[in-house]
Parts: sequence; C-alpha cells; structure tokens
Amino acid sequence: MKKKQLSKDPYNIVITGVGGQGNVMASRLLANMLVRKGCQVTIGETFGASQRGGSVMSHLRVSAESVWSPQIPKGRADIVAALEPVEALRVLMRYGNPGVKVLTNTRPIYPVGVIAGELDYPSPEEIRATVKELSAYAWFIAATDEAIKLGNPILGNIVMIGAIAGMGELPIAREDFREVIVSSMPAEKLDVNLKAFDIGVEKVKQ
Amino acid sequence: MMSKLIEQKEGVQYLLMGNEAIARGALEAGVSVACGYPGTPSSEIIETLSKVAKEGNLYVEWSANEKVAMEVAAAASFAGLRSLCTMKQNGVHVTSDFLLHLAASGTRGGMILVSCEDPGALSSVNEVESRYFAPMIEIPLLEPADFQEAKDMTRWAFELSEEIRNIVMVRSVTRLSHGSGNVSFGKLPDTKRQAEFKSDGPILDPDEGLVFSAPVVYKHQLQQEKIKRAREIFELSPFNTYQGPEKPELLLITCSICYLYCREAISLLGVKERVGVLKFGTTWPLPPELLKRHLSLTDNILIVEEVRPFLEEHVKILAAEMAPEIGIKTFYGKETGHFPSVGELNPDLVVSALSKILGVSSYIGMPPDYEKKAEMLTSTRTPRRDLIFCPGCPHRASLWSIHNALQMDGRRGFVCGDIGCYSMAILSPSCGFGTMKTLHSMGSGTGIASGFGKFGQFGMEQPVLTVCGDSTFYHAVIPALINAVHHAANMTLIVLDNGGTAMTGFQSHPGLTVNAMGEEVPAVDIAKICESLGVRVEIRDPFDLEETRKVINRFLEEEDGVRVLILRQICGLSPEKKAGKRYEMRVDEELCLGENCGCNRLCTRIFRCPGINWDKEKKKARIDEVICAGCGVCSFICPAEAIKREEAA
Repeated sequence: MKKKQLSKDPYNIVITGVGGQGNVMASRLLANMLVRKGCQVTIGETFGASQRGGSVMSHLRVSAESVWSPQIPKGRADIVAALEPVEALRVLMRYGNPGVKVLTNTRPIYPVGVIAGELDYPSPEEIRATVKELSAYAWFIAATDEAIKLGNPILGNIVMIGAIAGMGELPIAREDFREVIVSSMPAEKLDVNLKAFDIGVEKVKQ
Repeated sequence: MMSKLIEQKEGVQYLLMGNEAIARGALEAGVSVACGYPGTPSSEIIETLSKVAKEGNLYVEWSANEKVAMEVAAAASFAGLRSLCTMKQNGVHVTSDFLLHLAASGTRGGMILVSCEDPGALSSVNEVESRYFAPMIEIPLLEPADFQEAKDMTRWAFELSEEIRNIVMVRSVTRLSHGSGNVSFGKLPDTKRQAEFKSDGPILDPDEGLVFSAPVVYKHQLQQEKIKRAREIFELSPFNTYQGPEKPELLLITCSICYLYCREAISLLGVKERVGVLKFGTTWPLPPELLKRHLSLTDNILIVEEVRPFLEEHVKILAAEMAPEIGIKTFYGKETGHFPSVGELNPDLVVSALSKILGVSSYIGMPPDYEKKAEMLTSTRTPRRDLIFCPGCPHRASLWSIHNALQMDGRRGFVCGDIGCYSMAILSPSCGFGTMKTLHSMGSGTGIASGFGKFGQFGMEQPVLTVCGDSTFYHAVIPALINAVHHAANMTLIVLDNGGTAMTGFQSHPGLTVNAMGEEVPAVDIAKICESLGVRVEIRDPFDLEETRKVINRFLEEEDGVRVLILRQICGLSPEKKAGKRYEMRVDEELCLGENCGCNRLCTRIFRCPGINWDKEKKKARIDEVICAGCGVCSFICPAEAIKREEAA
C-alpha cells in the first residue's frame, strides 16, 4: 500500500444505519478488502443495546502506515455511507464538512416515535436537499429496493459497498470483494453478493 | 473466522476485533481452558475460542455466572493449565468474593482475568470500573492500547502470571473490544499440557501443597511480594512507551485506547514538538523509576484516561513521594476539570484539553459556518431513534400482557426488573409499556420482589411481579427465588424464556442441550427447579396474549407465597427464527378505520412494533414487509380485526 493511493491519510469513512441492517458486516467486509490491499485499518463500532432499533455507526480509518483512533474526530468524515436516509443527516451533523462525499440509501426505517405520530420524519425531497447542501458530492441509491429484487433486503449493505468501491476513492476493486466473500461466506452466497456489489458500482456511476 | 484465528502465515496482517485479538493472544500463550459469562463488550473472546476449541484442544465454557467461571478457570490453573476468564465490568463485582480469595491463595498455571468495560455505558446500565479491584485485591493490572497490543499483552499476561504465581487482570474497553484493526500473528505453541492437581505435598508448598489462603497473614505477605516482583518487571516492560521530545512542555500520561486519542489530538493540533506521551500498559502497580524519569522531563502533566481518575490518583501519590527529587508538578486531568469525570473520551475531548493547556486556538474541527448550517438544516430533520424491542420480539407480547393484567387488577401492582433485552421495559413509551419500575444487577429483580413481597405487615397492598430471562435465572435468580420461597414472600416471578442469552448474541446457558463448544449436554430445566422448591409453575406461550393475561391476573390475586410463570417463545433474532416468517401479515384497508377507529391507532401509537407503519396519506396502518418478522401477535391487538395473518408458505 503506497500512500499515493489514498488522497488523504487517514482516510475516514462512516457507515451508518439502524440496528439489523448489516452495518457491522458492511464495515468488516470493506475493511477486509482494504487490509488485503496492505492498508492499516481501524474500525470503531459499538453494538449490543445500541442494536435494538437504535442508530448504529461504524468508523473506518484507512491509513498507509499508522493505527488511528477508533473514533473519527468531529467534522472529519471523508465518506459517509448511510443505509438509512435520516442517519446520513445525523452523521453529517457531527462528522460532516464541505468536502464530504455522501452515499444515501433511500429507503427509510421509521423510528417508533414517527410511527406513533409523535415525531416527524423528513420528506425524501428534504433529505435530498439537506444532504446535497452539506456535502461536496451526493449519491442517492435505492439499495434496499435493489436488494429486494435480488431476493433479500439485507443485501442492501452489499449494494452500498459496491457503491463505495464505485466511487473510486479507495484502492479496492471487484476482485478484492470477491476474495473477501469467498473467504468469509458459504460458496453458494458468492453469486448473489457479487450481483449486489455490481449493482452498487453501477448505480454510483450513473 | 474459524480458520483465521488458528492460521499461521508469516508476515500476514489480519483484521481482528479487539476481542478476537485477545483470544488469539491466549491461543499463542497455549491457553487450555477458557470460561466466562456473556456480557457486552466481552462476549466475543469466549465465542472466538469456542469455535477453535476442537482444533486447539481447548475446554471452553459459558459458565452459569462469572464467579463460577472464575472458579472453573482457577481449577485449570491449580491443575497446571493456562486459563482465561472473561466478563464485562459488572462481572468482576460478581466474582470478587472468589477473586479475593484466589489472589490470596495464588495460582499455578498462568491465569488471567479479562475484564471488558464499557465507558459511556454504550451497552450497559452502569459504567463502573473494575480497575480499582487491582489495588484493592492486590493483583497486577494490564491495559492494552491497540489491537496488536491486545494480542501481545494477553499472551504476555500468562507469562507474568506464572512468573509471580498469581492471577493477572487485563482490562479492555468497548472501543478496543469491539473495534478492529490490523494484527500480525505470533507462533502458536505445539506443547501439550498435562492436567494434574498436586495437593499432597507440604502445606505451604506452592507447587504441591493445599491451595488455600491460610495462614492468612503469611499468604498476604507472599501476595505483596508478588506485587513487588511485578513492579520490578514493569520497570522494563516494552508495553510502557514514551514518544515525544526530550524536554516536552507538557507530558501526557495515558493508558488503554485513550493512547490513540492522545496521538490523534497531537496530530490534529500539530504539537508533536511540544508534547510527549507516556503510555502505560502496566497500570498497577506503576513502576516508580520509569515514572520518575518521565516526570523529570517537565513540570506540566496531563492525565488522559477513562472513566475514573485511577491513573491520576496513583501517579499523584508517587509524584508526592518523589517531590524532593523531581520537584513540584502541576497536574491536569479529571480533578482539574480538563476532562469530564463521567462518560467516555474521544479525540476531540483530548484536543480541547490540550488546546486549553497549551494555549492553542488554531484548530478547527468543523468549519463554523458549516456547523451552523448543519445544525440549522438537521436539527428538525433527525427524529430521535428510541431503543425498541425488535420486530417479532416475544418480550413485547409478554410485557403487553403483564401491563394489561396489572391495569385490569387495578391495585397499582408493579414489576421489578432484571438484566437482559427486557430491561428496556423500564423505558416508556418506546418500549415495554413502562412496566418495569426497578432495574439493578443480574437477579436483583427477584431479590427486591422477595423484599416487597413481605411488606404486607406494613400495609403494602400492591401486588409484586418480577421478570427475568432464562440465562439470568441460572446466573443469579435461583438464590433470590429460594429466599422468596423460604420466607413465603408474596410475589409472582415471570421467566421470559426466549431460549438463549439473546441480548449478547445467543450464547448457550444451562437450560440448553448444547454447550459453548457445540457439544450435546444435559439441559437443566427451569420449571423443574422451581417445582422442586415447592413453587407452583405454569408455562405459556407469550404470543397467546389472552391466555397469558388470564394466568397473570389469576396469579396476582393469590395472596400467599411465590408463583412462577414461564413465558416461553424463542427470540425473534435467533437463527432458526430469522430463517423465515411464520405468518405473512397484511392490513385489510377496508377494515382499518384509521383515525376514525375508537382505538386511536392502538397498533402504531401504543403497541409500537416497528413492523407496523402509519401511512399518512391513506390514514391507515400498513405492514412494512422488510421489517415485519411475521410473529402474528399484532393481529390480536387490532380491535377492528384489520390486521390479517396467513400462514407463510
């Protein structure tokens, strides 16, 4: 891993979503791809009670040579990948900056307060406008809907990984993804995961 | 994962979670026995080891509780094996009685206690520290600062334990245990250890005598000599490092993951030339000579740690003793308010403390105009995400029935709670209908209810209920239940049996027919235990709301002694449940009266399963097919019978 392959060191990625969306899995897969490329990666994440319907967040620090803190400092995210749209806003509030690139899955998961009618959930237009206003680049991808078409909504996280790879910011490619999936999942899951990954790459390039 | 942990390739870096790194360190040390009780953030250590138990010739168990875990691990040490015992911070308190005696008797094979703590209580109902047990019980304490060290230090802790012949405590925190990073592996040993307990030698022989804390004063003296030896070893430990200029303006003293926060803050502020970092891997007892050398470098010291000022206190004591040689120092830390005295730290908090002390004001984390814009645009658009019971969770159904039974009973009855997912029943209105009114440690719901159940003589007329999970039942409820039965306390215990230690990820417990290593074992039946105590026991399916409510109401009306109701339904997240939905749910839009229904949106406003949404445009309830787990319970909630269930194909 040569420093020149990263535009910044450390390069900071936040993957966010709601408990149960496969956030932790996504951060591990992405980090494993990067470690295979010789990067030093630190992932910071919490789970446990936070999984029970709450917001979850993984911090990935990617570096050519150094171990970084598992918590990204305020205002220092380079990529935000949100498996749930409102979580993109929540993360930008603390980790955003004018140069941040944001990837948002468009399918909402409503907090119980919203379901109960006590809280308001912003409209898709409001979310879109806010993310655009607070980022340098913004992509909106119907990752869960694409995953449902593939037969399993959980694959939304893989569509998002494909999209991150497709952004071209990190030294990772389809082959890295394939190798990580081969070493961490049963063989019969490879094809559908590759399909989900390819959809993500495709969507971000559109 | 399974193969990765026992792989052996030179020069390869692996991405490991802190807990996996600790497990690998134990494997490299040749650990034979690993025991623990699940608790976030500690659980993955035993989980990881259990997966390689066969290949690694290990014995791994999820014990009934932390005290028993340490007793089993101690047996291994007495038999000459290396052993590891893991738990979260509270567990050290549970095990502390035995730990105190074990530290006095000493150990044989290397034995370590790994306490994984939760600063900020990200997954806990406390953020207590167990570091204070080290000086209180007089055992050495190690704190790894990153993922590589988590592995290396764990391995070394076994050697230290054998060197001083006592248990060694290794403390991790959530951000290390559940963080991940690159780790290079060392060699796995190929020596096989033979277990043999020698106990027929001279009484005080440390190798062949009795394992016992008496004669107390003599053994206590030996224990303190072990600590002195550890301190000498710590003077030269490679886990204590200094980075920075020869004469720093400010010396940071730190340990654990806070070390990475310090490095980040120095980098962000660009003050590498002005600030030095002394990182302690061996936090108790502190090596005085090493400390003296570094305190001599400067007069200003900032101590960075979480949660309590443990290092701060011990450094200050030694600095006071050294004052004639090193002069008077100024200390910054929690006591001076440079860091909060509660909660976890992060790089920004270290940046802020450093900026204040060094008078640096150039660092900008988030551009102020961006911050203002972000605040303005997001504050009304980020609805809070409350904790909830998962879709398909049997606890939602159980607590719904408990809540309704108490309402129907009308005597202001209440529920004493316990530790598990169902602890969230203390929340209202997001979770559990605010049913639970007390929540402390494992098993304490039953103990507290046992007390309340005796206060009839003081005019207490409220019926008392207590809930516990199946794993908690074995952990600490049994003695409290025996107490309640023996004293004829008037109470109802409801065991929310969801078939595993669900909160922490389905670890096995004594009620199951499988152990941590996947072997078949005898299950210990909760109902039979209760019956053997002379308690009347009934078992119901919590998804049968009406029947459950009826039994609870009947139990509440009984006025003497203890009743037990076991509500049995497996967790919605358990692998067998996740595989498929039992029911396909849908809302019949013809039948759903929406806001015109007298129910006032009971399903979405009160029942609050996240699988049911409210369609604002149609003004009808709607099932979210991605989230719904297909348990079918909501079909009984709707008074208009608009929520329909069909057996899933």
